[in-house]
Amino acid sequence: MRLLWRGLRGLPAYLWSGWGAIASLLLFIALWELGAGFYGPLILPDPLTTFATLGQLLQSGAAWPELRTTAQRALLGLLLAAGVGSALGLLAGLSMTAAMMARPWVTLLLGMPPIAWLVLAMLWFGAGDGTPVFTVFVACLPVVFTGALQGTRTLDLHLRDMARAYSLPWRMRLIDLYLPHVTAYLFPAWITALGSSWKVAVMAELLATSDGVGAALAVTRAHLDMGASLAWICAVVGSLLLLEYGLLEPIKRALERWREAGA
Amino acid sequence: MSAGLQVRALRHAYGPTVVLDGVDLAVPPGRTVALVGPSGCGKTTLLHLCTGLLAPQQGEIVQPLEPAAVMFQQPRLLPWMNTLDNIALGLKARGMGRQARHQRARDMALALGLPDQALAQYPAELSGGMQSRAALARALVLQPALLLMDEPFAALDVGLRYQLHQLLLARQAQTAMAVLLITHDLMEAVRLADDVLVMAPAPGRIVAHYQPPGAALARDDALVHQCAAELQQHPAVRTAFSLPGAGQMPASGPGAWHAP
Repeated sequence: MRLLWRGLRGLPAYLWSGWGAIASLLLFIALWELGAGFYGPLILPDPLTTFATLGQLLQSGAAWPELRTTAQRALLGLLLAAGVGSALGLLAGLSMTAAMMARPWVTLLLGMPPIAWLVLAMLWFGAGDGTPVFTVFVACLPVVFTGALQGTRTLDLHLRDMARAYSLPWRMRLIDLYLPHVTAYLFPAWITALGSSWKVAVMAELLATSDGVGAALAVTRAHLDMGASLAWICAVVGSLLLLEYGLLEPIKRALERWREAGA
Repeated sequence: MSAGLQVRALRHAYGPTVVLDGVDLAVPPGRTVALVGPSGCGKTTLLHLCTGLLAPQQGEIVQPLEPAAVMFQQPRLLPWMNTLDNIALGLKARGMGRQARHQRARDMALALGLPDQALAQYPAELSGGMQSRAALARALVLQPALLLMDEPFAALDVGLRYQLHQLLLARQAQTAMAVLLITHDLMEAVRLADDVLVMAPAPGRIVAHYQPPGAALARDDALVHQCAAELQQHPAVRTAFSLPGAGQMPASGPGAWHAP
């Protein structure tokens, strides 16, 4: 409750700080308009047409089921990756041996292109939900794992000694010592993972499924419908922006208020 | 001496480097023992051994005093917790309920001169002196039978240091807690301690045992200066701190010397 009140109190300042971001987005749209004027609507439809198409898609109700399907897949994969990756990363960070052993694995997992996982997933899971969810999970896991691992390993030794000297039980060490510190590393990792989860989910759908935004993109591509393609892309990017700045960023700020204290 | 913290024939090495060799000391309840020595003579290692942060390699440490609390060189407050929760940390670790531990922490904080509004603030918003008070409160709120301190006031100005010394002594007079104070400040040692043990480096060992006169609370500034001067004139102290000149055993100082 107190957290909520604090969040509401900070809302005007947060919204005000968004002007810079909005201005920069508008500049991007202006450049897009410029490019559209240069190349013509066959290559690059202008922003207004795209937004109008998007509006139609949303109004006719055609877009919602696809967006929901993609969102479910991306978020399920992301949640699995966040849960498993955070837990494993924390555990690995507590042990030097585990941390050293995990590093090459992370490099390996990060180096493996998602498209390669997608091929494997298509063979393993077929054309259902399993393929995009698994691909998202595998693509996000190393990012979250690394965040949690680094967070745990970088905890101030002095604070760890203090916790031992005051004989904090393991639950307090986790909740009052490790988690607040690790969160500072985990949150950026989760946000990065969120971005890639959408990208990977759309990619997986494009190749593997018959529903979702990716599948819709595949159809517009087949029809050479540039306006609709761009509209779908805008829908994906827009929902991502909304999720990140509407939900994750405010939570991050509330959790890390102590960071700004006295700075 | 009655049962207190006892260290016997302690020897500790980091790899081939011997940092402590043949250290004996005893801290009975109600007494303050100050351990003075130059930087790097193994004082902090000794404290870590006494707190159980390090396991003894050779020799013996008997620590029957429970609970023990530690005040470190830096305040070491958790930056993501407000000051009140930081002070109550040890009570929470013991499983005390939220209301009760906050009450105790608040009382202790006020007794140590922390203003009420500071308790809701994060440590980074407090001045260095306030942070030290909070760290002292966190240790004292446990009502420790043994308080271990590692140069706790080194970063404070003389006025603040004096205040915290007085608070600590007043507290000790009430509760008969045993205090092991590690410091490189001779004045601090003779102001607070019943026994001053001088450590020499490489390897760390105790080379002199000095007792300032009377009860610590009763010593005034002049006496403290006299004692510090006497301590600093001792040949073993001059050698330990690499001070120039041989020094001399004072014929009749205010304090008393014992074999280490």
